[in-house]
Amino acid sequence: MRLKRKLFQSLLLLSSLVLSVSALAKSSLNMPVGVTPMSHDIYDLHMTILWICVVIGVIVFGVMGYSLVMHRKSRGHQAAQFHENTWVEIIWAVVPFLILVVMAVPATTVLYRMYDDSNPAMTIKITGYQWKWEYQYLNEGISFFSNLSTPYSEINNKQKKNKWYLLEVDHPLVVPIHKKIRFLITSNDVIHSWWVPAFGVKKDALPGFINEAWARINKPGIYRGQCAELCGIHHGFMPIVVIAKTEKDYQAWLKKQKSEHKTATTTDVEKKWTSEELMKLGKQRYDTYCAVCHKVDGSGMPPTFPALAGSSVATGKPISRHIDIILDGIPGTAMQAFGKQLNDVDIAAITTYERNAWSNNTGDVVEPSDVAKRRAVQRHMYTSEELKKLHNAKITKPNTTTKKNSSSQGEK
Amino acid sequence: MTEAVVHAHHGPDRRPGIIGWIARWLFTTNHKDIGTLYLVMSCFMFFVAGAMAMVIRAELWIPGLQIVNPHFFNQMTTLHGLIMVFGVIMPATVGFANWMVPMMIGAPDMALPRLNNLSFWILPFAFTLLTSTLFMKGGAPDFGWTFYAPLSSTYGPPSTDFFIFSVHMMGMSSILGSLNIIVTILNLRAPSMKMMKMPIFVWTWLITAFLLLAVMPILAGAVTMLLTDRHFGTSFFNAAGGGDPLLFQHIFWFFGHPEVYILILPAFGIVSEVVPTFSRKPLFGRNMMIYATICIAVLSFLVWAHHMFTTGITLSAELFFMYVTMLVAVPTGVKVFNWVSTMYKGSLTFETPMLFALAFIVLFTIGGFSGLMLAIAPADFQYQDTYFVVAHFHYVLVSGSLFALFTGVYYWYPKWTGRMYNEALGKWHFWLSLISMNVTFFPMHFLGLAGMPRRIPDYALQFADFNWIASLGAFVFGITQLIFVFNLIYSRYKGKQATMEVWEGSHGLEWTLPSPPPYHSFETPPEVK
Repeated sequence: MRLKRKLFQSLLLLSSLVLSVSALAKSSLNMPVGVTPMSHDIYDLHMTILWICVVIGVIVFGVMGYSLVMHRKSRGHQAAQFHENTWVEIIWAVVPFLILVVMAVPATTVLYRMYDDSNPAMTIKITGYQWKWEYQYLNEGISFFSNLSTPYSEINNKQKKNKWYLLEVDHPLVVPIHKKIRFLITSNDVIHSWWVPAFGVKKDALPGFINEAWARINKPGIYRGQCAELCGIHHGFMPIVVIAKTEKDYQAWLKKQKSEHKTATTTDVEKKWTSEELMKLGKQRYDTYCAVCHKVDGSGMPPTFPALAGSSVATGKPISRHIDIILDGIPGTAMQAFGKQLNDVDIAAITTYERNAWSNNTGDVVEPSDVAKRRAVQRHMYTSEELKKLHNAKITKPNTTTKKNSSSQGEK
Repeated sequence: MTEAVVHAHHGPDRRPGIIGWIARWLFTTNHKDIGTLYLVMSCFMFFVAGAMAMVIRAELWIPGLQIVNPHFFNQMTTLHGLIMVFGVIMPATVGFANWMVPMMIGAPDMALPRLNNLSFWILPFAFTLLTSTLFMKGGAPDFGWTFYAPLSSTYGPPSTDFFIFSVHMMGMSSILGSLNIIVTILNLRAPSMKMMKMPIFVWTWLITAFLLLAVMPILAGAVTMLLTDRHFGTSFFNAAGGGDPLLFQHIFWFFGHPEVYILILPAFGIVSEVVPTFSRKPLFGRNMMIYATICIAVLSFLVWAHHMFTTGITLSAELFFMYVTMLVAVPTGVKVFNWVSTMYKGSLTFETPMLFALAFIVLFTIGGFSGLMLAIAPADFQYQDTYFVVAHFHYVLVSGSLFALFTGVYYWYPKWTGRMYNEALGKWHFWLSLISMNVTFFPMHFLGLAGMPRRIPDYALQFADFNWIASLGAFVFGITQLIFVFNLIYSRYKGKQATMEVWEGSHGLEWTLPSPPPYHSFETPPEVK
């Protein structure tokens, strides 16, 4: 008995310790109330069902606890022998049923509202990619990609983690408040799920299908979420950041976006870039777009994500093959088409970087104009079989490749 | 109990030496031997998959990537889930069925002994194949135990094909095993044992076996379609070829939801045997318990899309699956109320099996509550794919199925071996498991509500506190399980002799046999009162 009491006391102590630790750290214990009517409705449903569970739990565990204390053999309690009571059975089947009916009514109403995405003020198309989001403002003609902006040094513990570690992006989605925004959600590759807890919006992004969701945001602010459906290796690294602005600020942002969009492309492409400039930009772009799969050191994760250091594509000729694969991707594999995501300068920089970084010292320089030329022509779509053949040919006949490819062990 | 009966013949005739020993276990057709093989294998796999859980929790100890890379992390979550479901809980419950069903219905053995041998020996090969993928080029399957297409089809690693074949083998084993159990229960009962007189454990297993027969072929179909999508140019799940990735989820969960009940119904059966024994009072509402189990089994076929509330299924589908899922709470509630009523005005004692059964009732009910919350479709839009779901299914599978298996092992161990387990070690195992289990999984509710998605190798700083608490709990839980294994091995040789009845309040045919029971349980059918 003494031992049991002691154990019970230590259990209490431990649970209070856990609670106090969490209270100190101000960790969140409950679902956020959110900033949309929908998230408020969901929160209310959540609290209702939670309290129903708590009340039922208190009753059931109360009766059980009473029996455990009062009806123990060590107190000399004699066992009764009753084992059936039809009325009691009927009551405890019917009463929970009625509670569920009561609960189902508000849940049904909220669900109806959730599915009513009629008359939106604006529509944004969201496309999931491994591992980034694309936002297209269908009424405005602007679109951009949103990548994780937390540096690798923080993820690999080489630098102190900032406050919004893993919850920050380079281009957040910007939306106005007090407007019914419809989201059309789809995917380019595997299934993702777009989730912003503060909006009460979570919808799966399915390749080949378009799902709908909507939100009307009450309060300006920055809202953060994450991809909720396992979508491959970097599933944990594709956050969502939404900035909700007042109508006036939103319009100003829109105007700025449209003007920037125009100037960025034309002048840079015509300019002649030096190899140093391209390498510098290339490193930056490579680390954002390519390094998640092909790794910062170009070693990749074969066979799904081949090594680029010493690879037949990144060191061999023609250079156009290298550019084409970046532009169009390789169908049926994880290599996506970057032609839509990146402009000519970025692709030129990445290609140059990949051809010269690590031990790929090809000395090749790819200018933005080279990329523009490839964009203009009808290109061959490379398949994984073709590239595999190319790769094997290089391994079996090392004497046919140039001496620069001595680093081909990186391709293993 | 006379010495002569205690030492009755309880082993097979076998050739001497190591060859004889191997041949005995390899070719055995005895229900007890095969039951032991099932239980030993699932215990071993429990530590394999448990080690993977330790890797997962070690990586999640603090924010940042420390121990493993995200690719390996995903392999760990995938294999942990697959092995715990198919390699631990399922074989262990089949092991219980093998040991207990013939003894509980008054039969000499299972109806189809050679089939029984085959259904076990498929499994070690299946799991060797599955775990060997860890050493393959491109790594093990990394798409979660639910292997959603197209992540597992177009984007799956080469080892996916090995995974597909190992699932085929597990499915074959389950189908053969459940056929055998159905045939045994329907044909080999002692003549005086009418259906409604069958022990609850036998009832729950009969229902489970039908569920297995119904859904394992569906899983086999799903993986076969996956295989043809990967290699033979079909497009079942590929939208680009006119297929539908959601089709995969419908098929998977049409298997997957009954599968959840396959994991829990035998656990219900074990607890329904143990609670009356230590309450010294018959099970309350016995017939209702049977009807409730049948009811749960039928409903399990009608709720699959509650795993898919956020996939964009139509409003009417959302409503239908929400209502039916909420309905599951009624028969499940009936079971919990009946267990509590069985204890009410009983004469309770708290040996290790009873402690685990009590923990089962309380913690499984908590898992049921979070399940009810998840059933509310609009709220599920916030819970889906977060740690709230992880907390939910670990409450029903760890403190549910697993604790019920511990209950059963402690309860029947003296019958199986003829020796008592060590009660002090049993209590240590219980209290440490109970505390560490809750320290591990309760904070996960908070993490999920605060917005932490599941299956991520690294997380934002706001989730740091509860993650280290959960990891701490997990490590203690993992180490605690060594006490369990030590107790079983130690008591096998050093435990006190067990009597025939073992427990003061024991009831049922298995307790009319000596401990350990003879090799062929009942050679003449017993009379059931």
